[in-house]
Amino acid sequence: MAKVHVSTTVNGQPQEVLVEPNDSLLDTLRDGLGLTGTKEGCATGDCGACSVTLDGRLVCSCLVLGVEADGKEVGTIEGVADGDGLHVLQQKFLEHAALQCGVCTPGFIVAAKALLEKNPDPDETTIRYWLAGNLCRCTGYDKIVRAVQDAASELATPA
Amino acid sequence: MAEAVDLKAIGTRPVRPDGVEKVTGRANFGADLSLPGMLHAKILRSPHAHARIKSVDLSGALAMDGVVAAISGKDLPGGGDLGVNILAKDKALYHGHAVAAVAARSAYIAEVALDSIKVEYEPLNPVLSIDAAIADGATLVNESMHTNGDTSQPASNIAAITKFERGDVEKGFADADVVVEGEYRVPTAHQGYIEPHACTATINEEGKATVWCCTQGQFDVRSMTAQCLEMAVSDIRVIPSEIGGGFGGKTTIYLEPVAVKLSAISGRPVKMVMSREEVFRATGPTSATLCRTKIGAKNDGTITAASAWLAYEAGAFPGAPVGPGCMSVLAPYDLENFAIEGNDVLVNKPKVAAYRAPGAPQSMHAMECTIDELARKLDMDPLELRLKNCAEEGTVAPYGPQFPAIGLKACLEAAKEHPNYTTPPAEGQGRGVAVGFWFNIGMQSSAEIRIAENGAVTIMEGSPDIGGSRASMCLMAAETLGVPYKTINAHVGDTEATGYCNTTGGSRTTFATGLAVIEACEDIITQCKQRAALTWELDVDQVDWQDGQAVPKPGVNADVKPLSLADIARSAGRTGGPLLGRASLNAQGPGASFSVNWTDVEVDRETGKVDVAAFTAVQDAGRAIHPSYVEGQMQGGAVQGLGWALNEEYIYDANGVMENAGFLDYRVPVTSDMPMIDTQIIEVPNPSHPYGVRGVGETPIVAPLAATSNAVRDALGFRINDLPLSPPRVLEAIDANG
Repeated sequence: MAKVHVSTTVNGQPQEVLVEPNDSLLDTLRDGLGLTGTKEGCATGDCGACSVTLDGRLVCSCLVLGVEADGKEVGTIEGVADGDGLHVLQQKFLEHAALQCGVCTPGFIVAAKALLEKNPDPDETTIRYWLAGNLCRCTGYDKIVRAVQDAASELATPA
Repeated sequence: MAEAVDLKAIGTRPVRPDGVEKVTGRANFGADLSLPGMLHAKILRSPHAHARIKSVDLSGALAMDGVVAAISGKDLPGGGDLGVNILAKDKALYHGHAVAAVAARSAYIAEVALDSIKVEYEPLNPVLSIDAAIADGATLVNESMHTNGDTSQPASNIAAITKFERGDVEKGFADADVVVEGEYRVPTAHQGYIEPHACTATINEEGKATVWCCTQGQFDVRSMTAQCLEMAVSDIRVIPSEIGGGFGGKTTIYLEPVAVKLSAISGRPVKMVMSREEVFRATGPTSATLCRTKIGAKNDGTITAASAWLAYEAGAFPGAPVGPGCMSVLAPYDLENFAIEGNDVLVNKPKVAAYRAPGAPQSMHAMECTIDELARKLDMDPLELRLKNCAEEGTVAPYGPQFPAIGLKACLEAAKEHPNYTTPPAEGQGRGVAVGFWFNIGMQSSAEIRIAENGAVTIMEGSPDIGGSRASMCLMAAETLGVPYKTINAHVGDTEATGYCNTTGGSRTTFATGLAVIEACEDIITQCKQRAALTWELDVDQVDWQDGQAVPKPGVNADVKPLSLADIARSAGRTGGPLLGRASLNAQGPGASFSVNWTDVEVDRETGKVDVAAFTAVQDAGRAIHPSYVEGQMQGGAVQGLGWALNEEYIYDANGVMENAGFLDYRVPVTSDMPMIDTQIIEVPNPSHPYGVRGVGETPIVAPLAATSNAVRDALGFRINDLPLSPPRVLEAIDANG
């Protein structure tokens, strides 16, 4: 199979990459662009470890083809912290010990950020249902939910 | 010694030292490494659960464009059962058993090439359950297996029988006013770590191999890989990546010898990453079990006798965790008369691997359900019944040792007072209580403490950090040295960078590697006192170490300023060279950890769905070094246990093919399934650790199975003995019970 040239934007930076037609966006990010912060847990869209945003919409990057990123904007975990420091969600995940092994963490943070951008004041049930597509096997979710709640309330407090 | 006073660092909740790497995507896990010129390898797996392998022809794959190397079982001669599990030799022993491997330019080419390998199988009758395996005339999984190695008896699928007995069980039952018995089945469950197994290996022309992989124990990967390849351990360097969960499942190997062998043939690095389906079909789940339990008691609740007959599926090779199942099943109770028998049973399913408190959840599910039925018969509060019979300091455990200080009674008493217990369950909900236990282990650890010129502390140790253990090491070092947590970092070394260390498992890391870190810090303190004495022209026994500084002892007449760790480090070149502390040990006295859990559930009688409304875990941690990570273990274990109780199971068809090998159908709990998990940490210090640490990782998964079962029993008014309590099973039981 001939490779396909893809022009995309990842975390605000223009990127050119050659992808196999059957590569997933996850493969393209990890193997084509070296952005290994996005993880593969299942490759069938069941675990959410590969969560990214595509034109602002939360997707499992294992269920999107790399060629579909052409002309679109991709957001990954590597783009969550800005140059000045960690995003509030990242800080809250650390303070609440909301990660143990940490392999699901990039997916959770990307998904939670997408939630707070859509709904800055979610209740516990909303958080739990929004994050139901992200599997964590270590924490039992308690501290993850609390970290997201705390981040939401901090973002809501005027600086 | 255990009553440490005035703790400054221990018990605080700082951010873990590896945290920023993990929330930004920088941390490198097993599949994140790429090397120049690297090949990708894939495994061909048996489509039969039991078959003789008559021939394997790799030529079709090798002829394909892009394929560089291929191997089959005969290329991997060593390692005994481990080697046979990694690549089948004469027989395929379960569906998904690895038969051959291909390395190619890309993972896609390797995958496609698998179709061109020709394997001739002679299918055999698969043995798919304990009942089938132990029946008269059963097909043998292994024709040369004799129970406990006794070749005077016919070959059997029972690899081993373990027994623990005390007193006169028959008399104990005869003395009882009430006898309760039951038969309970727990299904095969997978550890379900989110990161699939992955490794990259390279071997040079001198025969020196380097392996990067996600593992709970780099030294075990080294020795196991060496055995399979008949290499010297010193010719293999294993570099552990960050590990994306393990729960025991990453204490063994599946890929590493294959990758090294393919690298040797191709002369290039070889990367292997399992798919989720492969993880389910071919890596260690834990045992499906059949347990028969019986308890006799006086009307006042005093237990007069107990017995347990346990049978655990081992998969296709001996080694089910039935020994620990036997050790745990009656551990919470102080008993005069008991009999425990455990059977390690071969079936044509994947070889089981350790899973969090291996063997304890299954046997204790059976016994804690039986205790619950006893409490009902006696009309006693389930906590009171347990308090009446519970093991304490001085009790001789069923498996032999006398317990030192343990926290079971303290946990039971805390539970009794807990507002979540004193408040009754909501209308329509049922409540279930159970006790959990894990004996914990010690074993070998090494640690080195290096002091930088500015006084910063680097810990080099060998325990892969699976849940925040670097933070615990830094806290214990901060406490011992008397320096700020922020000035300390901890690193997990590879097999060439750090001293030998047993695998992260058995809840040993904070206890045993922590002991090594504390001793290495004490070594640093000894050296600092010597350096200060030299500087001050005093005798070393005139110098003390207080709050991170060398000071003259009270009464010593010396007009000197205290010397901090940084002061001493800065001038180390003039006082004997760099400061380097070290310790290696074989830790004794790990200290058992007990828990009490209860949960309130609601059962939908139309669908059979069980909703968890509340869950509370009380557990003895000895001393919580970083309480957030102790709570995290309790919460994570609770939810794994709830998943096993409510939904998780391997579903097989009649041919031994797993029908639900993916996270969609093997449904682990998701965020919306769960409530907050309330925790209460009890601290009964372990007398064998300077800060009182007990391992905390395993115990949390043990009690949730029976607690859930007992809660569903309470909600429905009748018992469903077998797990999981999934909607179809619960609905069927509701229909059957009118």
